[in-house]
Amino acid sequence: MYSLKFDVNVCQTCPTGDCLVKCQYLHLDRDTAVAEMVKIGKGEDSFVLNDCVTCYACEEYCRRGNHPFYLITEQRQEKRILTAPRAITRQWINIGEPQGKYRLGEVNKRALSFGFMPEFLSWVEGRLFEDVMPSYIFGQEFFCNVVYIHFAETNIIKERLPRVIDNFRKLGVREVIFLHDECYGAFAHLAPAYGIEVPFKPIHYYEYLYRRLTELKDLIRPLNIRAAYQRPCSSRLSSDQHHFVRDIMELIGVHLVERTYQDENALCCGGILGMNYGYDLAHEVQQRNIDDMKAHGAEACIFNCPACQSTLERLVAKQGIEPMHMIHLCRKAIGEM
Amino acid sequence: MKYADIVHRCFRCGYCKFTGDYTDFNCPAYRKFRFETYSPGGRMWLIRGWLNGEIKNSERFQEILFSCATCANCVEHCVFTFSEDLVNIFIAAREELVAEGLIPPQVRDYLKAIHVNGNPYKLPAAERGKWAAETPVEPYRDQEYLFYVGCVGSYDERAVKMARAVGTLLVKAGLSIGILGEKETCDGNEVRAMGESGLFEQLAEQNIRTFHDMGVKKIITLDPHAYNAFKNDYPPLGGEFEVFHYTQILAPVIGGRRILLKECPLTVTYHDPCYLGRHNKEYEAPRSILKAIPGLELIEMERNGENAFCCGGGGGNFFTDILGKGEESPARLRVREALDTGAGVIAVACPQCAKMLEDAVKSEGLEDRLKVMDIAEIVTGCLS
Amino acid sequence: MTDIVQSLARIVGDAYVSDRPEEAYFYARDPGLMPPHKPDCVVVPKSVEEIQEIVRLAAREKIPVVPMGAGLALTGLVIPLRGGIVIDMKRMNRILKVDEMARHAIVEGGTSQGYLKAYLEKHHPRLRHSIPDSPATATIAANVMIHGQGRLTQQYGFNSDMICGLEVVLASGEVCRIGSGALSPDWFSKGPPLPDLTGLFLGWFGATGIITKIGVKLYPRKKMRDVEIFITDRDSLVPGMVYELTHTEMVEDINIFAQPKPMIFKDNHHITLFYTGDTEEEMEFKRKTIWHSLDRFIRSKDGGFMGVPPAMKSTLLDMPQRSVSRFADVKKGGGFEYSGPIIMVDKYPACARKILELAEKYDLGYSGMARIIGRSHAMMYGFAFTFNRADPDMMERTRQALHEVSVFALEAGGVFWKGTADEQKMAMQKMDPATRGLMGMIKKQMDPHGIMNPGNWEVTEV
Repeated sequence: MYSLKFDVNVCQTCPTGDCLVKCQYLHLDRDTAVAEMVKIGKGEDSFVLNDCVTCYACEEYCRRGNHPFYLITEQRQEKRILTAPRAITRQWINIGEPQGKYRLGEVNKRALSFGFMPEFLSWVEGRLFEDVMPSYIFGQEFFCNVVYIHFAETNIIKERLPRVIDNFRKLGVREVIFLHDECYGAFAHLAPAYGIEVPFKPIHYYEYLYRRLTELKDLIRPLNIRAAYQRPCSSRLSSDQHHFVRDIMELIGVHLVERTYQDENALCCGGILGMNYGYDLAHEVQQRNIDDMKAHGAEACIFNCPACQSTLERLVAKQGIEPMHMIHLCRKAIGEM
Repeated sequence: MKYADIVHRCFRCGYCKFTGDYTDFNCPAYRKFRFETYSPGGRMWLIRGWLNGEIKNSERFQEILFSCATCANCVEHCVFTFSEDLVNIFIAAREELVAEGLIPPQVRDYLKAIHVNGNPYKLPAAERGKWAAETPVEPYRDQEYLFYVGCVGSYDERAVKMARAVGTLLVKAGLSIGILGEKETCDGNEVRAMGESGLFEQLAEQNIRTFHDMGVKKIITLDPHAYNAFKNDYPPLGGEFEVFHYTQILAPVIGGRRILLKECPLTVTYHDPCYLGRHNKEYEAPRSILKAIPGLELIEMERNGENAFCCGGGGGNFFTDILGKGEESPARLRVREALDTGAGVIAVACPQCAKMLEDAVKSEGLEDRLKVMDIAEIVTGCLS
Repeated sequence: MTDIVQSLARIVGDAYVSDRPEEAYFYARDPGLMPPHKPDCVVVPKSVEEIQEIVRLAAREKIPVVPMGAGLALTGLVIPLRGGIVIDMKRMNRILKVDEMARHAIVEGGTSQGYLKAYLEKHHPRLRHSIPDSPATATIAANVMIHGQGRLTQQYGFNSDMICGLEVVLASGEVCRIGSGALSPDWFSKGPPLPDLTGLFLGWFGATGIITKIGVKLYPRKKMRDVEIFITDRDSLVPGMVYELTHTEMVEDINIFAQPKPMIFKDNHHITLFYTGDTEEEMEFKRKTIWHSLDRFIRSKDGGFMGVPPAMKSTLLDMPQRSVSRFADVKKGGGFEYSGPIIMVDKYPACARKILELAEKYDLGYSGMARIIGRSHAMMYGFAFTFNRADPDMMERTRQALHEVSVFALEAGGVFWKGTADEQKMAMQKMDPATRGLMGMIKKQMDPHGIMNPGNWEVTEV
């Protein structure tokens, strides 16, 4: 079984305790932060194990590569501390179970992975993708399973992820462009943290889109809109790719409004917060997030993650802000939508 | 019988009888006869009973099966995954009856006339192109489009007026069209719908040969029934052509103002023909023509688009008249619905609808209040 | 019978009477499991006068009459157990009156659910009725006759509680107005303050009279409607969750389901709750109140609100919910029947376990589904099994499973809803003898010749 690469001494000697100091939900000072992480690292009890809301952000805040959120999740699993209601966890585990209903395009060495998000089956078309399509992969058999860290179920990940990697291996792919941010995070960040080998090169779809837009730049007509970006929790696992957001926006003439809750300070969409913790926290976070978009004059809200989009799109639309996925934004920029 | 393995799956829930929004019963046969047996669910259960030997072929059974107008309302509104096969199932059952020779006499007569005369009117083939006399429509040589008229448009007194209007308008619009005249034979759509698949294939193969021999690549049809056959049933038999209904050709012409129109203060309601609408999802082209006519007000009937109520002419009923009689005949119900909109004109895009609805207007005594006009006739009347 | 057919033809017209094998075949059956019983003929009348004449004829000739809506009860209630005349009511489908201020509609006895819904949406968009999830062709009168339930049942009771009058044709052929309509031009009450005579007809499945008109109470229709699903893995907690939800008085309808497929539903119990409002503020207030009412379950991790994908939401918000009918084809066989006893909500765990046990024992596809009646006063628990109509063995196993459900339901203190003829007998056997005697007396008085849907509620056979 795979184990997390974690060193408690790294936490012990951390000068900032940024993982929990910067946490938007716990509001701790450095000393408390370090002390609690050390406790968790040693397998002791900590209030953090109850109060963490699973936003993934501390994986980014930790500059020392010590995986605080994965550790919290491991210890929660160990101590049977539930994050989500049991039924929600069970439901998500059931949804992710391979059913033999996967779909493969004409897969070659380079492929697009839709993970297990059926939206991509209809969203992925047009010139942006013509150099890879119809080489695509979809289904639970290729589902990254990272979402279970919201439910403190690392065992499921350790059980299923190697099989998923094996499924990719059998396809003979060398380079996989992941359309779901979390899938990229799984193979580029989580797998290495657990010492799980990945036999292909994971590419974030933002990197891909940026390259394709550059190749098709003669088709680009600047969109001249003011947009807010909804950064998903999984983006904390792919923070090295986050710069592509601005790069793409600049290329296509979208002005990214400089708002409070962006980049490292981005707010969760609230979808998981609602499922796990009820009305108040999710509502408050969503309200703050959307008010922030509105206050800074956003005309559109650009989504990375379809789950964030389905959680927030109606709410942003009610405020007169047009919800749009990054893929649709880029297609619009080249006159396709 | 084809589809014998799925007829038991009908739950007889009745969604097939309704429009999508439940405003009214929308199966023409059920609406007329009112017995459940005449509804799609009824037919499914009866076909199963017949295949199981629990009921025998009889006149009533034949009437029930041949009363289906193949309008595809059931295909549109059935909630089950086999919905797309419903009309095909009824046609498959008809095929069995045809094979046994146990069919209503009107069906037998129709099929015989097609087989012998190439048209249901038993009129000479030589007269097929007569409608085009005194129009600018020429015989087909190598024009861009073959204008395929069909049996009804070629011979029926009312439909011939429509053929003239459409043909003339297409020429006026600068389109390069020609007709086959006496070389034209039946497209076979109704033959197939009535279960005579052998005769249909014969007709189709003959037409395909003729079209190929004459170098036909593009076809404009007058009749949505022919449009349906050429578009959907001819390709598997080797007949791959670019097929258009005349409204699809006229729409960009009118919309692009390539024909000048004058102010035309008509209130019009449009009746979607089943074989253009539900079967082939073309709802917009005819409407766009009407909307482009200055001064014309288009008012929709309650049941329109994918919910349109069939005139009762499809599935061979135009010829067999199983649905035709009485106050509750689909055509008369449809005319009453049109009247309720306040429109003075029912616009049609199918010669069979034209005839069915015009007769119904007369039966309802509404000649002074409601006119049936095909789209081309309306446009012709509004030419500048 | 030929003479009878000719007499009927004189009443309804040749075109609307049939003694042909085709009609006999179809009308002998319903989509459920009851074996066929052929009618002698089928008529499709247009008016109450025609129905009166039909019934008078039947009374003279001692021929059974069986009124029929769309035949979607699934428990054989419109199958002519003793032959006779099936009266297909669906030609009598006019909406006679809608009184917007008094919020009621008067419709004919064959008017379908879908038709009334569409009519109200177009002409009275601020009004709605309690529509069930049976297919839109189901008739209002039949649904009320069997004490059906619908979208407003959690608020206002059975659909039969939501009526304001009846017109019925008795076994003698006389026609009667029931309720305020008996002495007032206004149909505002089905009984009170008079003795409530609807009890002589409702729940009797046509065995005491035929409903030819019905006054339907209408309710406010709000501009917005939404749905949430609260899930739990513990059946024992469901009654408590329902209690809290019903306390809020914010919920339109509460349905609970548990089924093994698709995978998103496996292992859990789903409390589906709908709410409506005219403004965003109203909606958000209700949503907040509803969510908070279940806070203790969320805190203890005993339950949570699942994310409802847009496609699922749209399916759930459909009225009637077409996906309910699609259950019939799970086994690619067009078959679906359920026994749905009305029972106390605290029996939910026992029912949920029973259906699992039976599904396993008889190897059947199933869905356990419940609708809350009133403020948790009771529930309809549906033990639903789907079967392949072309598989006689599966059909027999389904019958056996449903029989075990019937036995269980009675033992658990439930009362059969729209019971099959067998279930009716079981109910009467268990019933208080005095109550049974009273039913027998009523039936005898109302139908002295035993022509009204015979085979149903026949006390003498117990």
